[in-house]
Amino acid sequence: MTDQLTSSGPSRPAGAGAGAGTAAAPAGRGHRTGDQPGARPRRTRRVGPIVRHAILIIASLVMIYPLLWMIVSSLRPNTEIFRNPGLLPISFNTENYVNGWNALSQPFSHYLINSTLLVLGCVIGNVIACSLTAYAFARLKFWGRNIAFAVMLMTLMLPIHVVIVPQYIMFSQTGWVNTMLPLILPKFLATDAFFVFLMVQFIRGIPRELDEAARIDGCGHFRIFFRVILPLMTPAIATTVIFTFMWMWNDFFGSLIYLTTPDNFTVPLALRAFLDSQGTSDWGAMFAMSVLSLVPLFIVFLLGQRFLIRGFATTGIK
Amino acid sequence: MSAIGELTSMAKGRGRGGVREKHPDNKPALVFMAPWLLGLLGITLIPMIASLYLSFTDYSLLAAPKWIGLQNFVDMFHDARLMTSLKVTLIYVIVGVPLQLALALALAVLLNEGIKGLSFYRSIFYLPSLLGGSVAIAILWRQMFGTGGLVNQIAGMLGFTNLPGWISDPSTALGTIILLHVWTFGSPMIIFLAGLRQIPQMYYEAAEVDGAGRWRRFTAITLPLLTPIIFFNLVLQVINAFQSFTQAFVVSGGTGGPSDSTLFYTLYLYQKGFTQFDMGYASAMAWLLLVIVAIFTVINFFVSKFWVFYDD
Repeated sequence: MTDQLTSSGPSRPAGAGAGAGTAAAPAGRGHRTGDQPGARPRRTRRVGPIVRHAILIIASLVMIYPLLWMIVSSLRPNTEIFRNPGLLPISFNTENYVNGWNALSQPFSHYLINSTLLVLGCVIGNVIACSLTAYAFARLKFWGRNIAFAVMLMTLMLPIHVVIVPQYIMFSQTGWVNTMLPLILPKFLATDAFFVFLMVQFIRGIPRELDEAARIDGCGHFRIFFRVILPLMTPAIATTVIFTFMWMWNDFFGSLIYLTTPDNFTVPLALRAFLDSQGTSDWGAMFAMSVLSLVPLFIVFLLGQRFLIRGFATTGIK
Repeated sequence: MSAIGELTSMAKGRGRGGVREKHPDNKPALVFMAPWLLGLLGITLIPMIASLYLSFTDYSLLAAPKWIGLQNFVDMFHDARLMTSLKVTLIYVIVGVPLQLALALALAVLLNEGIKGLSFYRSIFYLPSLLGGSVAIAILWRQMFGTGGLVNQIAGMLGFTNLPGWISDPSTALGTIILLHVWTFGSPMIIFLAGLRQIPQMYYEAAEVDGAGRWRRFTAITLPLLTPIIFFNLVLQVINAFQSFTQAFVVSGGTGGPSDSTLFYTLYLYQKGFTQFDMGYASAMAWLLLVIVAIFTVINFFVSKFWVFYDD
């Protein structure tokens, strides 16, 4: 369902283009060269950029400081964490990582593997199911399409809580509670409407002439989908993969409900169990594992940024 | 634009397709749509109906559901914790969302002025919104705003000593979680940036020729032309904010404390449904949430007529 709305609301790019694009804004809004005829020279013209940079640099620092401090602190002895709010000196004390790795009933790698399996299942499900659905919405003419599309858009806004209780009852009757199936299966049923919408928008942008050409060559809808549309929609698929990864890596509400024994815990649940068991005694180790849990997100963010922007630039805004 | 735009235009009857369209693709569509249809029925619609039914019952998973009529809803009105959770959530939505959007808009406008290093700043501002939903960040927050945490250490260096722990004081605990929400302004900012790109440069040039200053250009051009996107962000962020769970859960250790000051509605729902296994009551709460979110969304759409400017 709409886990993305609940689990990690803030990260939602929300269908509108993170069209951000590259820095290729209409060249130099605000950087007027000053030699345009009729432009009055104003003081802000020279001071402006400096002030703006100053504001932006301070804002960036405030935004990023907690993260940097957590990384630096994860390498410090526990006593120092509550004494040093600064970033220096940087020590390289790996003790916290060793302690954190072995703090729970299983080594931390166990939870990393669980999370990886969950994410993998969800990514595969979303890519297959959402792209099939999106093709039908974008290219096929069938009875009730507009109504189905409106319903799909409305499920985007449905709080997961409205269905979680009966879902839980249903999955407890099939004996799937305490497995990953209740979290993965819905992805294979295209319940992440956000991605369906994203892909519909993307497919609408692919020239229909390509479909027509394939049809004249004798292709049916399945071959058009697999041979023509699917290869062309890699940016939208990349976006789907990245966001599914981010959301499910962070998923908490659903995991908390369905994964009940520590052996099946994912990284967020393990961190929370760690916090509960340690109270406030071993912040160093907790920071260490927290940092570790964020590393995959950082990597995907760095590698995927380009795809995200490309994926969104072609969808979202008209 | 986007989901909300599609819905509005459909509602206005501007959807594509004629009155009597032929449906040549019914058969392949059934195959392509099969997963979605199954999901809609099995994962969404049937559970929705089931939860509506359960909201009129007393059900604890152990025995069969017992029909009790409106009793759950009557109980809800006398449930002080439920009222507290509604209050907490409303404060969070009404304070957190506008603050977050205002910051997002301000920085998007600043970044849009052809500044050097745009992509660098954009990444820095966007990153927290990708991480903000994680347990790791909630753990960080708990340390930062704890008694001897980062914030108090910095405050101590500035001469403010003996400050209380922000998350252990009922009057400030919610504020720290609102702050966490504001910290994730990056995703609406990205959407604003994309919107700002759509505003034709010539409007600004014309205004400048007419002698409009920076502020005037912002209020007379940028703001009105951006209202559809502000509206879009507002609707989505309100819906999201009502469903916040992880941060309050982790920061308060699952209790919603201190003294229920961070008892978010979803957190209370979780406690009722999945720690006390009062499934009937939890279902009733879920439906109340749906109704509240729907009311807010409808109000948003209604009020939008008075302030959102469509340039078409």
